[in-house]
Amino acid sequence: MNRFARAWDSDVAYSFRHSPVAMVAAIVALTIILSAVLAPWIAPHEPFNPATLNLMDGFTPPGTPNAFTGNTFILGTDDQGRDILSAILYGARISLFVGFAAVVFAMVMGITLGLIAGWRGGWVDSLLMRIADVQMSFPSILIALLIFGVARGFIPQDMREDLAIWVLIVSIGLSDWVPFARVVRGSAMVEKNKEYVQAARVIGVHPTRIVVSHILPNVLGPVLVIATIHLALAIIAEATLSFLGVGVPPTQPSLGTLIRIGQGFLFSGEWWILLFPSVALLALALSVNLLGDWLRDALNPRLR
Amino acid sequence: MIAFILRRIVQSILVMLVVALVSFSLFRYVGDPVATMLGQEATLQDRAELRERLGLNDPIVVQFWDFLSRAVTGDFGLSYRLQQPVMELILSRLPATLELALISGIVAFIVGVGLGVYTALNRRGVGSNSIMAVSLIGVSLPTFLIGVLLIWVFAVELQWLPSFGRGETVDLGSWTTGFLTESGRASLVLPVITLGLYQMTLIMRLVRSEMLEVLRTDYIKFARARGLSNRAINFGHALKNTLVPVITIAGLQMGSIIAFAIITETVFQWPGVGALFINSVQFVDVPVMAAYLLLISFIFVVINLIVDLLYYVVDPRLRVDRAAPGH
Amino acid sequence: MAEPLLSVRDLVVEFPTRRGTLTAINKVSFDIHPGEVLGVVGESGAGKSLTGAAIIGLLEPPGRIAGGEIRLRGERIDHLTREAMRRIRGKRIGMVFQDPLTSLNPLYTVSQQLTETILTHLPVSRKEARERAIALLDRVGIPAARRRIDDYPHHFSGGMRQRVVIALALAAEPELVIADEPTTALDVSVQAQIIDLIKEICMERGASVMLITHDMGVIAETADRVAVLYAGRLAEIGPVHDVITKAEHPYTKGLMGSIPTLSHDEDRLVQIPGSMPRLTAIPTGCAFNPRCGEAFAKCHVDRPDPIERPDNRQVACWLYEKESAHV
Repeated sequence: MNRFARAWDSDVAYSFRHSPVAMVAAIVALTIILSAVLAPWIAPHEPFNPATLNLMDGFTPPGTPNAFTGNTFILGTDDQGRDILSAILYGARISLFVGFAAVVFAMVMGITLGLIAGWRGGWVDSLLMRIADVQMSFPSILIALLIFGVARGFIPQDMREDLAIWVLIVSIGLSDWVPFARVVRGSAMVEKNKEYVQAARVIGVHPTRIVVSHILPNVLGPVLVIATIHLALAIIAEATLSFLGVGVPPTQPSLGTLIRIGQGFLFSGEWWILLFPSVALLALALSVNLLGDWLRDALNPRLR
Repeated sequence: MIAFILRRIVQSILVMLVVALVSFSLFRYVGDPVATMLGQEATLQDRAELRERLGLNDPIVVQFWDFLSRAVTGDFGLSYRLQQPVMELILSRLPATLELALISGIVAFIVGVGLGVYTALNRRGVGSNSIMAVSLIGVSLPTFLIGVLLIWVFAVELQWLPSFGRGETVDLGSWTTGFLTESGRASLVLPVITLGLYQMTLIMRLVRSEMLEVLRTDYIKFARARGLSNRAINFGHALKNTLVPVITIAGLQMGSIIAFAIITETVFQWPGVGALFINSVQFVDVPVMAAYLLLISFIFVVINLIVDLLYYVVDPRLRVDRAAPGH
Repeated sequence: MAEPLLSVRDLVVEFPTRRGTLTAINKVSFDIHPGEVLGVVGESGAGKSLTGAAIIGLLEPPGRIAGGEIRLRGERIDHLTREAMRRIRGKRIGMVFQDPLTSLNPLYTVSQQLTETILTHLPVSRKEARERAIALLDRVGIPAARRRIDDYPHHFSGGMRQRVVIALALAAEPELVIADEPTTALDVSVQAQIIDLIKEICMERGASVMLITHDMGVIAETADRVAVLYAGRLAEIGPVHDVITKAEHPYTKGLMGSIPTLSHDEDRLVQIPGSMPRLTAIPTGCAFNPRCGEAFAKCHVDRPDPIERPDNRQVACWLYEKESAHV
């Protein structure tokens, strides 16, 4: 296992060193992720603390001093006098949190259902795969929207705001488990019939142990690739839902919310409120996507 | 052939039944229809009466059957939010969505196939490489962002095209169309690009990879060995074989286009069913959500069915009506 | 002797790769005379198919002709424009590929593929083309050709499809037919029929055949002369009877020894030790030297060029250097 891991690492590392696209994408993604995580410490302002906001700072264009207060903001301010750069850092934090959490949710769910389907086979497998087929024939954003709407219906009105983020995570996660389940199921079905697994079963090794020590390591690569690509998709899904006004609450704006807000100021000429969050979202989604593409190729030399 | 069609129809009906069940559960269990319809001040007796009148005390199977029979006739009750019959709301907004989706689909297919063929035939050209690079951004760019950026450039800065609504429409009885007026057509441009761009890049990449695959096959090599012109090989043989799988996927994309219309309609304040659905999600307007779910599923199922049949028509290998293979 | 139909002189085919240039065919020369069947044998990777592809101008990029010349009736065809070469393919040189199951486009009927080939090369009307196509199918032995011509390839069995492929290769009456392993993918029971058909139909039309195969038995029965390729080089060439009964090149001797019916020692088959070198690791001197039982010092240093031998034979082996000097 250890030797396997080392060889795997070195192969991937080699392909990484020889792919400028992957390196640039990694640098961009890491920069965004790090600055989002460290937002409370590195953001120049606290954009969502009303006490620190000055309405007089509102609509300051990027890089020029405000006419009344003389304050300068690198990326300008919005109508409330919020620093756009700080809003982006905090927004990226929310976007990334929802994205990561949704992918982890989808991954855990997909791996679990995939293992059950592949290991148990029979009607359990047929049922799960039929559900997967039906779900896959609808776009995941539509599924996420529906789950989000249904979940909101079940939650009492006064708690909807507080739970919105979690509902969002579950909605995106639920809409995205199928690819994980399929790849794990395939591998489980293959491994199940291998002799060493049969032998382990005969001598009474607990199935969970077999699964964890033999099947999971085999699907690690593909699962990682799917997770990376789907992180980009989850970030976009979150941004889309928030842009549509059905995602995170306005009190915790993500990048999608910021773009929604920015769209309102397009016609009055305050383009920076829209542009910078859009660029941030695009850079984040594109870099993660490219990393996922590269990882898929790197782990799958056949495809090159 | 007939058995195949029948089997697909039965499958489709089963899927619809499952969706109807989900839709019914929404209706029945999400929120409290009685409270929603009567408001907070109603007496206990009013509530009991309404429960009885709505049939909420019947066995669940009976309620599901009622729901189904009403759904088949297009009766989904009143929208909680707008207090209008749901079906009326949807029908009045359907033409806007269908016109948008149809034009987007056609544009995406034609441009996607064209660019896909171009990039496959000129694999190492500068043009192809730049198209492929741009298409990568196109795939990563969220639909709503494309719309917003298009509005910024073409509506705000250049002021060439309208940024919202359908423009003037012409009422043709049960259908309102934006095709017949200049402002209607101008209003279509940006939403069509927004909605079609993603599908277009998808189709383009698919056509390109399929075509490269086909160009490597033996029958293309043999066609070259027979001295056929490049035109006949590329646009007769290779393109036809490429389009078989592409038509399937492109057909299925048509469903996605209708679903993604939700986003485009919101960006451009397009008065279609998608925007109606988003509002219903925001306000937990269950009857509209349930009806939309059934409608969109129905469209999906029908498209799937048509695509399957189309595949059958396009690929002679699937037609077994002719003589069986023999020496 | 009269002017050869096809004359290949010092043909070199190279594949530029990242690790340097591979020479897949290295200075191969041979002639094909009018009405003659030339068999080309060798192990897979010896360059048989590449030679055929080079002649018909269908080397897969990045493969290219890096030296030598190919003449068809004295006229050079190795550096023609793509369009000029296309006119020769099918019209003057026809080709039959290995796998009839993949050589035909599954989406076009046999009649469509035949008439398009005929119309490309011959000045006939659509109707005449169809009649010709039916006659051709009939000639290659498709029963009820008039009825079956509108069938799709998948309606035919493998052997029947190879007959269709032969009809296609001969559709425009070429002077030379290159048949590249035409029976490898077929059932043993139909292999002989197909080979006979190719020979018969070509003789009847006065076309020469270049029959590429790794099956010495087929060559023995069909060819007039045989060329033996080894690691991209010509080992031996001569009349088929002479080469088989009195092989001169040690490799050819080994090759004959490995054929059950031709083996002198009835009890066991002789095997050549080792395997053909990869293109990346061809030894200096004679490419066969590591496997040759008769190799001596010179074989490890200098590459032997084909040496003229009696009876219109050539052999590339230092063993015959002195002998031929005496002649």
